[in-house]
Amino acid sequence: MPMNDFTAVVPVIIVVLSACAVMLAEAFRRKHEDMPMGLLAIIGLLGALASSVLLWNRHLVGFGVVSADNFSLFFNVTICVIGLLTVLLSMGPAERDGLPVGEYYALMLFSISGMMLMGSAKDLLVIFLALEIMSLGVYVLTAIKRSSEDSAEAGFKYFVLGAFSSAFFLYGIAFAYATTGTTKLDELGLRIAATALEPNLLLILSLVFLLVGFAFKVAAVPFHMWTPDAYQGAPTLVTGFMSTGVKAAAFAAFVRVFLSTFEPLRGEWVPVVSALAGLTMILGTVVGVAQTSVKRMLAYSSIAHGGYLLVGLVAANAAGKASILFYLVSYALTNLGAFGILSALSSPDRPHDDVRDFAGLGKDRPALAALLTVFLLSLGGFPPTVGFIAKWYIFNAAIQEHMVALAILGVLTSVVSVFFYLRIVVMMYMVDEAAPGHRPALSVPVMIGLFVAVLGVFYLGVMPGQLLSLAANSVASIF
Amino acid sequence: MTMPVLTLLVLLPVIGAVLVLLLGKGRDQAVRQITLIVSLITFALSLYMWTRFDPSSADYQFVERHSWLPDFGISYHLGVDGISLLLVVLTTFLTPIALLSSWESVRERVALFSFFMLTLEAAMIGVFVSLDLFLFYIFWDAMLIPMYFLIGIWGYEQRIYAAIKFILYTMAGSVLMLLAIIALAYYHQSVTGVVSFDLQDLYALNIPVQLQTWFFLAFAVAFAIKVPLFPFHTWLPDAHVQAPTAGSVILAGVLLKMGTYGLLRFAFPLFPVAALQWAPVIALLAVIGIVYGALVAMVQPDMKKLVAYSSVSHLGVVVLGLCALNVQGVQGAVYQMLAHGVSTGGLFLIVGMLSDRRHTKLIAEYGGLKAVTPQLVAAFLLVTLASIALPGMNGFVGEFLILLGSFQSTHISHWFAVAAATGVILSAVYMLWMFQRVNYGPITNPKNTGLRDLSLREWVVIVPIIAMAVLMGVMPGLFLRPMEASVRKVVQHVVGANVQMNAENR
Repeated sequence: MPMNDFTAVVPVIIVVLSACAVMLAEAFRRKHEDMPMGLLAIIGLLGALASSVLLWNRHLVGFGVVSADNFSLFFNVTICVIGLLTVLLSMGPAERDGLPVGEYYALMLFSISGMMLMGSAKDLLVIFLALEIMSLGVYVLTAIKRSSEDSAEAGFKYFVLGAFSSAFFLYGIAFAYATTGTTKLDELGLRIAATALEPNLLLILSLVFLLVGFAFKVAAVPFHMWTPDAYQGAPTLVTGFMSTGVKAAAFAAFVRVFLSTFEPLRGEWVPVVSALAGLTMILGTVVGVAQTSVKRMLAYSSIAHGGYLLVGLVAANAAGKASILFYLVSYALTNLGAFGILSALSSPDRPHDDVRDFAGLGKDRPALAALLTVFLLSLGGFPPTVGFIAKWYIFNAAIQEHMVALAILGVLTSVVSVFFYLRIVVMMYMVDEAAPGHRPALSVPVMIGLFVAVLGVFYLGVMPGQLLSLAANSVASIF
Repeated sequence: MTMPVLTLLVLLPVIGAVLVLLLGKGRDQAVRQITLIVSLITFALSLYMWTRFDPSSADYQFVERHSWLPDFGISYHLGVDGISLLLVVLTTFLTPIALLSSWESVRERVALFSFFMLTLEAAMIGVFVSLDLFLFYIFWDAMLIPMYFLIGIWGYEQRIYAAIKFILYTMAGSVLMLLAIIALAYYHQSVTGVVSFDLQDLYALNIPVQLQTWFFLAFAVAFAIKVPLFPFHTWLPDAHVQAPTAGSVILAGVLLKMGTYGLLRFAFPLFPVAALQWAPVIALLAVIGIVYGALVAMVQPDMKKLVAYSSVSHLGVVVLGLCALNVQGVQGAVYQMLAHGVSTGGLFLIVGMLSDRRHTKLIAEYGGLKAVTPQLVAAFLLVTLASIALPGMNGFVGEFLILLGSFQSTHISHWFAVAAATGVILSAVYMLWMFQRVNYGPITNPKNTGLRDLSLREWVVIVPIIAMAVLMGVMPGLFLRPMEASVRKVVQHVVGANVQMNAENR
């Protein structure tokens, strides 16, 4: 019995241990001594990934609050893949940009352990703890480029607003505890179900506060204000990590809390979340069109993608739940690929942040331009990339639930979004280089990372069947 | 185990595309040759398919079916009937010609150009041979990307604007169709218990009229934009004028036919009752397009723009034939789709040759070419005559059948046929007028004096077009026979469903 308790949290433990190892390595590092920090992180993440796979279908629960059901494991694997790709893509650019590498990987690993815990927590308080573990790491990562004012400002903004949202979340937990006397999700769910016919005000307040907390983390409009600044100021790969990892973890908890525990109150929250979804899709794409900074544009794109995920959340049939998981994987591969290229290309004299910096890339670096094109087309939802299948799956769920208005809004905003993704493509291929600047060479790990990402984008775009059924299977384990 | 001809037809260009991309820089001549050879092999394969095709059957042939996403009723289901067979052949016929036409004019990034031409060919063939709506949509959407690049990279001055307008305009129409496709699949589930994206399963559905109308409109708008039907045509002149010659040839020759093919294959037979209700409206738009396109074409100073507007007019004729919903009309429409592909493809080739020499497409810059480049003018004349439907040339058969069919149609007013006939006359006016201004009269511009006549390569490009135009004019049976059974089946399906619906309501 206690053995099983530990077995269920093995993936998280492995990540934490490897984080400690990186930290120790950094602490005992002699000046100018090179330590393979990235490699340590990769070993840890591969271990966590393997142990998650081994736990598949065993439905263990650790200490009554951490569940290793297939749903959590799906997220564990997704988050490990996000972590692996981020680490691979950082090896090279991180040193080049003068980031403190030891802290960088250690914080990332701690943050990943929080993310994994967030997907598997079965207690509101544990979710809160996980949220804080994850967020603290990311706050510091955002500000890790100490020489840059933007980075510090972004970190500060993110921290203040994040703390604010955590307070909301905690309030929500408090209200839930006040009405039901428990923070355990299953018990809470039972008690809510018992009173679902006449929900009391405190419970509704709790619902609202939790919703606000989640909405902050997934950057849903109108709680998205921090996103553009934080995404733009953070080191490029941290932005990629935030936009995929934090989003995945937040959605994991969001789905678990809202679709199982608060399911009986569906009537209360579905209209609100639908409105959020609509607003998020519209604002993300419309404001995205006006951006000239690529990172800022991708920040708005990330907001818009959050909107599509919310559509999956309100559709919430079997397909809807699974579509969220599939979408998150698709978005992670695609977006990390795009950010990986951005960070690999950026150099002090040419940060590749303005769209004009991409002029002539198609001639200068044909392979890299082709990869970025693939990622952008996948973000825009073109076949045969995974982005198309992911969007199709979400709208499939929405149509099944007769949410035609949301589906129409979704497809139309995705057409608008194509406009700004294609702006970069236009720059790369159709505009000639104005002033040739320096574009750094790629390191081998970055090449491997990009190759894995693009392979995933195409493979899942053509053969999505296996992942679709895995997603459906893992969703079935908690509902 | 028979040879999977259709998969090969889609796969061959893709393999070729990857190959030329790997071959890469600095070997432009080899890239061009490989691309041309791949496209010729694809053409040969499509001809082989034609020889093995049984024209007496209306069923889908060369069918391949493999499970793909079984949980969603999606399969890799390919097949051709008489209609799609001919359109596949049109695609494989025009692609090598388009490639050869840009042999010298495309000098930059040749490998990339060849890559996009071949992937475009694969996607176009995919659209014509898909029998699963999901698969169809994937090819349909994938087709946009290579065309976008072809216009945007190798086009003229306003190419970026035109490329973005092209992709956004067509996407906006097709995403709504995607939703309708999904809804249709789930309607199938609500009736039969299983989700299915399979065309033949969905044909069998009996959908309530109200729902049919919504579905039909979602499909019809997507296809109307592609055709393009008035008033959805505004992307076309931009795209055509800015596209490189090869892009224009494929755009006019094949891509526009996607719209009319979609109406015939999907919108009409899937939603027969709504189709019959809306046929007069669509026919009206088509007739407006015929006359409007012709009038606007007449005043264009730019040759490419003139041909672009003439396409609006000619495609209007095709749509009118489809709306007649009788065998003559629809058969004429399919015939005209092929004929327009050949003759308008030819016109764009000629304009491209002129603009290669003089780097302008303005009619006023030319004049008196007859004395300078007699061979080119002769080819120009033949292609022009084909385009204005001279008897004995390809355009005549199709337009005649369409006018006949729409005049006799019981579904639309015969006044539509009368109005369309004026458009046919106008087409002779603007085409011949352009021909006259470019080729006759004195040489007003000294730059035109030293122009060289057709080169051997240009002969090789234009002769197949002219030969095909004449062949289609004198031996229409060769092309009408394979499609007849299939056309009859579609018409019977649409009309039959309406008869059944009326009987049930009585």
